[in-house]
Amino acid sequence: MRRTLYLLGALVAAHLLLLTITPSGATIAPEGEGLDIGIVFDVGGRGDKSFNDGAYLGGLLAADSLSARVRYIEPGEGSDREAGLRLLAAEGMDLVLAVGFIFTDDVLTLAKDYPDVKFAGVDYALSFDDAGNPLPLPDNLVALKFREEEGSFLVGAMAALVGESKKVGFIGGMDIGLIHKFEAGYRAGVMHVCPDCEVLVQYAGVTPEAFKNPGKGKELALSQYNQGVNVIYHASGSTGLGVFEAARTTGKLAIGVDADQYAEAPGHVLTSMVKGIDAAVFDAARAVQDGTFQGGVRVFGLAERGVGYVYDDNNRALIPDSVRTRLQALEEDIIAGRIRVPSTR
Amino acid sequence: MILLAFVLQTIRIAIPYLLAAAGGVISERVGVIALGLEGMMLAGAFGAVLGSYYGGSAWVGLACAMLAGVIVALIMALCTLRYRADQVVVGIAVNLLVIGATRFFLRLSFDSASNSPRVDGFGGEGSGLGVMASFSNPIVWIGLLALPVLGWLLFRTPFGLRVRAVGEKPEAAATLGVPVRSLQLRGLLLCGILASLGGAYLALDQHQFTDSMTAGRGFIALAAIIFGRWMPLRVAAACLLFAAAETLQIQLQGAQLVPSQFVELIPYVLTIVALAGVVGKSVPPAALGKAQ
Repeated sequence: MRRTLYLLGALVAAHLLLLTITPSGATIAPEGEGLDIGIVFDVGGRGDKSFNDGAYLGGLLAADSLSARVRYIEPGEGSDREAGLRLLAAEGMDLVLAVGFIFTDDVLTLAKDYPDVKFAGVDYALSFDDAGNPLPLPDNLVALKFREEEGSFLVGAMAALVGESKKVGFIGGMDIGLIHKFEAGYRAGVMHVCPDCEVLVQYAGVTPEAFKNPGKGKELALSQYNQGVNVIYHASGSTGLGVFEAARTTGKLAIGVDADQYAEAPGHVLTSMVKGIDAAVFDAARAVQDGTFQGGVRVFGLAERGVGYVYDDNNRALIPDSVRTRLQALEEDIIAGRIRVPSTR
Repeated sequence: MILLAFVLQTIRIAIPYLLAAAGGVISERVGVIALGLEGMMLAGAFGAVLGSYYGGSAWVGLACAMLAGVIVALIMALCTLRYRADQVVVGIAVNLLVIGATRFFLRLSFDSASNSPRVDGFGGEGSGLGVMASFSNPIVWIGLLALPVLGWLLFRTPFGLRVRAVGEKPEAAATLGVPVRSLQLRGLLLCGILASLGGAYLALDQHQFTDSMTAGRGFIALAAIIFGRWMPLRVAAACLLFAAAETLQIQLQGAQLVPSQFVELIPYVLTIVALAGVVGKSVPPAALGKAQ
């Protein structure tokens, strides 16, 4: 009995000791005059070098130029996502940002529960009524959506033009509609510049784990490269890190997603389809600051510079000038509506 | 050529299964349910990256992976052997603990809860996919040899006889002077080491740790153990079979012949089939889960 008590005491002491540790990542944002902004990250959290880091950058920008106080919450597995949002809302933040489609239901519920707090959902999935019209959102909720298919179209065209192969590859994470958007745009881009090309499409799985299984990603990519594919576009979260690893191993090319992923495999990343999550997050913050915040849906496509592809000193050598010119023409065609990019397969 | 690519890919996919399953066979043969395999693998993956990052060599990573596996095994041993907690509960708790702990230490060390920086592994850039590249990795060799060696150890040595006695009837073994508790502890530690090597293979192959990167492989290994009826060589065959199914799915998915959901089901369906006694009787060690 006494030994059990000692053990318990030791455990409690260890627990208290651990509580005092602040992970170096959890820096507390500087004090300022401005807004209070809370950001809740998606699965993967900060340091995913893509999606969440984009939102983090947007938060940093808001902290710097709007002197906002930004709080970040990184939920772990399972159900504490909603708890994180609720915590921020209950603390009376001016703006609460939910990063990822996974928050769709939670953020809608909370927007109704806390009418005085402004909410923004990145990649919010709209629901539709029976007639196929989107259901209206509450006044204090803005859905920040991206036309990933337009950016994917351009990198698809690039993959076909640069790849020197009739086969191009696509690797998706979880086999769901959100990722089919990337696939559909990519395929349309490939077909537009190379009608007799073949797009090899593979998905890492049918559960959310498919977004963090780099081992599977690597094997999928290796098998595609083996079949004669020279360029693979991935839309698969951390699983894509395996795709880059396969590109390194075989000396071939891969295309990153969401953020510039050049650093994952320098020399083997042709480009990245980037989403301006940082800009969208910053815009939402500024709108709250200026009092111009409006609920509803905001869509960022090529025209709004919400999506695009990376072309800079790192990858300029990989992309011939003729390809660059062609892509610029395609971009104008999409913006002008001369090319319609499908968002479903 | 296609066949060679198929075989090599099957082996690459099977290595984590083979190592984890080898650990699981020992653990279950001494009577401790190997539900913590997933956690041990994840800990091994994290230890490997930590060691390789700070030690600057994949070999240091390998040593740290084994250390991490031993720590997890010791936690399991403390709970199940010392305090006789329910093994199923402890196994699940250990898996959850490792998921949380790796995220926590990932943030402490690398300021990110999802990814580590790139570390040294075996085999460098542009090493290709050939036979040489695959077999220059020492973990591949350990993985291929683990279960055959274990089979010899269990069925051809006095040590193996004692291990099996402890798993079948610990009371009888104890009356004959077999140190039951000590054997169980050694079995668990060996399990931790082997499973952590499976995780280390994954992490060093990626040159990076990713949150929850084992993605259920520990449970597939557990399924292989049951499907292989706790016999090392059959378990090895089961691991290779599951890996071959996955390879087939990867190769066929491009052609969209079989729904990927179907192939993902294979290990679990086969395990249920095996447990239902369709392919001969599947009998676990008699004292499994009842460690005294």
